[in-house]
Amino acid sequence: MIPTISATALSRRYRDQIALDDVSLTVEPGTVTGLLGRNGAGKTTLMRIITGQEFPSSGDIRVLGQAPAENDDVLRRMVFVREEQAYPDLRVEHAIRVASWFYPNWSEDLAQQLLSDFTLPLKRRIKRLSRGMRSAVGIVIGLAARAELTLFDEPYAGLDAVARQLFYDRLLAEFAEHPRTIVLSTHLIDEVADLLEHVVLLDRGRVVLDAPADDVRGTGMTVSGPATAVQEFVAGRTVWHQQRLGSRASVTIADPLDFAAQARARALHLSLEPLSLQQLLVHAAGASADEKVSA
Amino acid sequence: MPALDDGTPLFVQIAEQLADDVVDGVLPEGARVPSTNELAAFYRINPATAAKGINLLVDDAVLEKRRGIGMFVADGAREQLRASRRKRFAEQYLDPMLAEAARLGIDTDTLVSLIRDPSWHNGGSRP
Repeated sequence: MIPTISATALSRRYRDQIALDDVSLTVEPGTVTGLLGRNGAGKTTLMRIITGQEFPSSGDIRVLGQAPAENDDVLRRMVFVREEQAYPDLRVEHAIRVASWFYPNWSEDLAQQLLSDFTLPLKRRIKRLSRGMRSAVGIVIGLAARAELTLFDEPYAGLDAVARQLFYDRLLAEFAEHPRTIVLSTHLIDEVADLLEHVVLLDRGRVVLDAPADDVRGTGMTVSGPATAVQEFVAGRTVWHQQRLGSRASVTIADPLDFAAQARARALHLSLEPLSLQQLLVHAAGASADEKVSA
Repeated sequence: MPALDDGTPLFVQIAEQLADDVVDGVLPEGARVPSTNELAAFYRINPATAAKGINLLVDDAVLEKRRGIGMFVADGAREQLRASRRKRFAEQYLDPMLAEAARLGIDTDTLVSLIRDPSWHNGGSRP
């Protein structure tokens, strides 16, 4: 099967700044991938290159098997919803109609359903919408396009928790009924963690993690208890972080614990707490920073 | 939505919750199991994760696929799950209890009497 996205040794430099540094990755069809990382990590640059809005300084990008730049066939098969997307001065209903002309798989029923879910005022000019409502317009277009490749880049500026949950639920339902490839870039990692099948973490333009979400979960654990017992238990393991409070210690380790190790921890009266995806990624990014410092 | 906790992979948690339903008789033998899309919507997880959870139970012969109709609880699934859980009972439940009892200085006789006379259930006497 042809990967939906295939990037090979992509780099993008702006004068003295490196936005993407030797990025290679593949996104398989029919998956939901989280593109994660801090501000300035290169997520938006990568998505702009995938959607043909920007050229790499070097390397190769293939989307649905073809080069995306100025390729109308590929561009109509993908939809890109950006943070603070700029729209021409149109009313909501007109923006939706223009989008419906562009995307071959457009679902008008779904668009109308979503417009009503997000209670968007159809006659209002987009420029006069609140930030959250503007984000909702992007979400409506992104989902109703039913494009083979759907990219969301921080799509919910100004949306409250209830509206975000609505977005996640609709995204999941759409993905289940009309499978497509979804790439979602966000800071709200724990909110989307369970929706993701695959995780790509960028840090300063480099891919520092590219793995199935199931493999990432459970790789980190915080062990806490009496300091001596904790030290004994973590000896020989990869330690990400440690803290001491009096005679108690709390140590975050990077390897998964098998059943025997968990039983041993109990026998030593240690408590084990798994790391959330967000915490894991913070540590993974930190680990890559340490490598660079020591290198 | 029932909360899923971190740590164990999500698909394992899905499999365990379905297995709980089989053991409790909520999903009797021969009953149709929710589809991956229904599970995904209910737990708010990726459908592929739900499918992995179901496949674990298919591999263990707890669920069986009937072509074109869906996934069903296999005959004998409940007894099979109960038997395998009985094997794990001691290490999963007794080990942690004995470790805590040792830490608190509760001897075996006291433990046995607690189990025999569970008046502590109603907020009664505590050791």
